[in-house]
Amino acid sequence: MSEQRPVTPAPAARPVERRRGWWGWFDPRGRRLGGWAFALNRLTGLGLVAYLYLHLGVLALLARGPEAWDAFVDFALNPLVLVGDVVLIFGMLFHGLNGLRVGLVGYGVVASRQAALFVGLMIIGAIVLVVATLRVFA
Amino acid sequence: MAEPQTPPTRPFRFRVHRRKAGDAGGRYDSFEVALDERRTVLDGLVAIRREHDPSLTFRHSCFHASCGTCGMRVNGADVLACVTQVTDLGGEVTVEPLANLPLVSDLVVEMGAFYGPFDRAGRPLVRESEMLPGAERAEGVEVLTRYEDCIECGICVSACPVAGSDPRYAGPAALGAAGRVVLEPRNADRATALRFADDEHGIWRCHVAYECTEACPSNADPGGHIMRLRRTATADRFRRWFGAGRAAR
Repeated sequence: MSEQRPVTPAPAARPVERRRGWWGWFDPRGRRLGGWAFALNRLTGLGLVAYLYLHLGVLALLARGPEAWDAFVDFALNPLVLVGDVVLIFGMLFHGLNGLRVGLVGYGVVASRQAALFVGLMIIGAIVLVVATLRVFA
Repeated sequence: MAEPQTPPTRPFRFRVHRRKAGDAGGRYDSFEVALDERRTVLDGLVAIRREHDPSLTFRHSCFHASCGTCGMRVNGADVLACVTQVTDLGGEVTVEPLANLPLVSDLVVEMGAFYGPFDRAGRPLVRESEMLPGAERAEGVEVLTRYEDCIECGICVSACPVAGSDPRYAGPAALGAAGRVVLEPRNADRATALRFADDEHGIWRCHVAYECTEACPSNADPGGHIMRLRRTATADRFRRWFGAGRAAR
């Protein structure tokens, strides 16, 4: 007869807090469409806040005379800055259109079709982004 | 008479979260388990406990997505282990406890934290069970009760990004239950449920990720209920502001 290993029950455990935290918003494992929209909305929101301060700083150049402003305009035509403009337009489009979805769905409008609404709005956003990109680099 | 054919097995490598009382932190133990293509993650865990490590702890009961006890994270997705087939997961299967609920041991979470908001909401959707009229009752239990729709697996709470960062958030399960009671009272306490939901840590904390609804294995649609509750709560406030009283109640 084989010898059975005794199994000693583990002592009663004090539950350990185990939340995913805000960094869990960006954990790609198991993430679905709405989760990506949630995470990207936060990233674009932070980006737009940062841009707002940058924009105010750029506008302050106007107070330093035409030379300062013209020098900035020359710099702003640099292709890398133009790529930054496209990223900015993407951020504005995504945040604005997803915000529209959140606003509508959040008040019970088309709550059952929120994924379709998201896809529809993103298609509109993608078309606008392509047109805007062509115009930025024209 | 022909012998019944045994389906061929292949090895799966399970990485299983481990943490016992008193451990400083969690770790992952690896086990190799031979399973055939019909087997599930829960079958794999049972095999690990039987063949490799009897101290592995996890919750399970019905094996057919009815009881909700085997909710866990498998390769990062919040699922019921009993209906998640190993062949859908590749060769390596990482199994972790549900997130956003306190951990008791290995893969077992403290479900008291899940049920707490249900009590604050006035225990919506709890009703006397009609399924087990002759069942023996434990001492102190006057009537057997059950939830409607929700199988109490905790998957929605684990999948919710807001529950992961705001410990005071009521969570999708309790808010979804409150939503059903508010929208369709069936003699339940609608006012308590709406008061519970209409709170900064209730329906207004949700950020419309809809991970709860997507992950829910019983299609209880907690996200949809939260959104419909917002519309009801907003209409209710307008009625109060413009003198119609709490007509919706």
